[in-house]
Amino acid sequence: MSDIGAQQFNANNKKKNEKAVSITKRSQNKEIIIRFLRNKAAVLGLIIVVVLIFCMLFPTALTSYDPIKQNFSERFVPPNREHLFGTDEFGRDIFTRVVYGCRTSLRIGLISVGISCIIGVLIGSIAGFYGGVIDSIFMRCIDVLMAIPNTLLGISIVAALGQSITNLIIAISIGSISGYARITRVSVLTVKDLEYVEAARATGSSNARIIIKYILPNCLAPIIVHATMSIAVAIMTATGLSFLGLGVPAPTPEWGSMASSARAYIRDYWWLVTFPGLAIMASAFSFNLFGDGLRDALDPKLKN
Amino acid sequence: MSKYILRRLVAMIPVLLGVALITFCMMYFSPGEPAKFILGDMATEEDIAIFNEQNGLNDPFLIQFINYIRKAITGDLGISYTTKQPVLNEILSRFPTTFKLTLISIVFAVIIGVFFGIISAVKQYGIIDNVTRIIAMLGVSMPSFWEGLMLIILFSVILGILPSSGITTWKHWILPAFTLSTQTLAACMRMTRSSMLEEIRQDYVRTAHAKGQKEYFVILFHAFRNAVLPIITVVGVDFAKLMGGAAVIEIVFSIPGIGKLIVDAINTKNAPLVQGGILFVAFTMSFINLITDIIYAFVDPRIKTQYLAENSKKNKQEKEVGSIV
Repeated sequence: MSDIGAQQFNANNKKKNEKAVSITKRSQNKEIIIRFLRNKAAVLGLIIVVVLIFCMLFPTALTSYDPIKQNFSERFVPPNREHLFGTDEFGRDIFTRVVYGCRTSLRIGLISVGISCIIGVLIGSIAGFYGGVIDSIFMRCIDVLMAIPNTLLGISIVAALGQSITNLIIAISIGSISGYARITRVSVLTVKDLEYVEAARATGSSNARIIIKYILPNCLAPIIVHATMSIAVAIMTATGLSFLGLGVPAPTPEWGSMASSARAYIRDYWWLVTFPGLAIMASAFSFNLFGDGLRDALDPKLKN
Repeated sequence: MSKYILRRLVAMIPVLLGVALITFCMMYFSPGEPAKFILGDMATEEDIAIFNEQNGLNDPFLIQFINYIRKAITGDLGISYTTKQPVLNEILSRFPTTFKLTLISIVFAVIIGVFFGIISAVKQYGIIDNVTRIIAMLGVSMPSFWEGLMLIILFSVILGILPSSGITTWKHWILPAFTLSTQTLAACMRMTRSSMLEEIRQDYVRTAHAKGQKEYFVILFHAFRNAVLPIITVVGVDFAKLMGGAAVIEIVFSIPGIGKLIVDAINTKNAPLVQGGILFVAFTMSFINLITDIIYAFVDPRIKTQYLAENSKKNKQEKEVGSIV
């Protein structure tokens, strides 16, 4: 009889706990959103990101010109009402090319960051958590990747595989895995010996569960900061490689290759190089602002 | 500690082998026959066959790779296809330029970045904080080639006070070094700020304040000492990035450095020079990584004790094994 009573009591308690947990969870999420919205810079970043995504999805809504068709009667037209950003050496509207270029650059940035983040965090958390031989092997592999600077690695991968958007994404992803792995590993190292991890282990949690449920959430802030920063970095690396003539092939509108072909005319026609660069900067800037705001919102330690 | 350093030095060998394998694979599998590039379009099939035989290009992949490593250890990285000079000589003649450019940039970036990072953390949400944060964010977001081109438009074309290419006088270094340092400066500032903000809220800082310690002393010798770890990582990682990223800057400003050498070599399919160049840069990077790790161990006692604990465990085990034997 008393056993059943105890069980009932436990069940009730569990229910109460579950309720309490779900309530605190919801309010925490709300708090994060409120904290984020209060940060004006972060909201500005978010707005620009949304605009960029709009450009990526519906470029035809913003411009009626063709991004590739050449029009030699309108070469080097300075910015005016008809051509907001002027025209380039083939008479193409630069505003149109910048809008269409958004599609290429954003896609490269988002996909490559997704790939490298998943692989990097996996490697870093396993290496940091298990330590010993696994750590040594993983980190030596990461050292190999890190020993080749990103740009050089990108240059040589694209040079070997050939010039295409897919290869560019592969090159950038491989290059940025090491950053995630190292940052995750360092954070895991500082967290893994804390009391709550020991408590989780004492209650019989499996290693995978400990890593995913207890360690990674507490390492998330630096990873998120790094991930948002590296969307920006990926966009810039991609445009940099295109600038060197190793990225997106020629007629496709892309910010880096636009700046590259404009370089020859830099002394006479400033608008050719300025606007694609501003577009790169705006997109990188918005992702950085967004990530920064997210970090401040996510990290309760920084809460005022 | 010396044991630890020695162990890390030994651990560098597989890293360099890995890098060599990656670069070797890339050039091995990249399209285009080297014989055609060297002998020219006029070469007959026979000439190409003889050339391939003489240079061991018909050997299996593994044999070629082992031969490459064996030669590389003695400093023989092959002969450049275009200039017929030893690759190592070409690299060494370009290295000081790139290293100088990188070093100037990194020193500038660290000094300015850490300084403003600390200020903006201490005076969070103040005017300086907001301004430096916006500038840092813009700096991080600016593609370096574009920044370089914009600086050329401003200082060379419009104002005409600084030269836009070459490295003949000290004036030539200003634009490229500043352009190269921007990213690191901004990253350094951001990292210093965020890690300082974390430390400033710790209990030991409150304790230091409570016992009446001077403000600057608390900031510099209590909080900053603990905040320095992530900053070291950023600087270490960025040093590597700059060496590679210098390639873009070197091309924008026409500076004869290693990066430009490698990119030019890729365009002319000069495989030995590309392999050698990347291997050499990677070698330098490994040394920088090693130094970062050693500084890490010195600065963070938690990591140092972990290694000491591992060592003492091993010693114990060895002793036990010894006593059993």
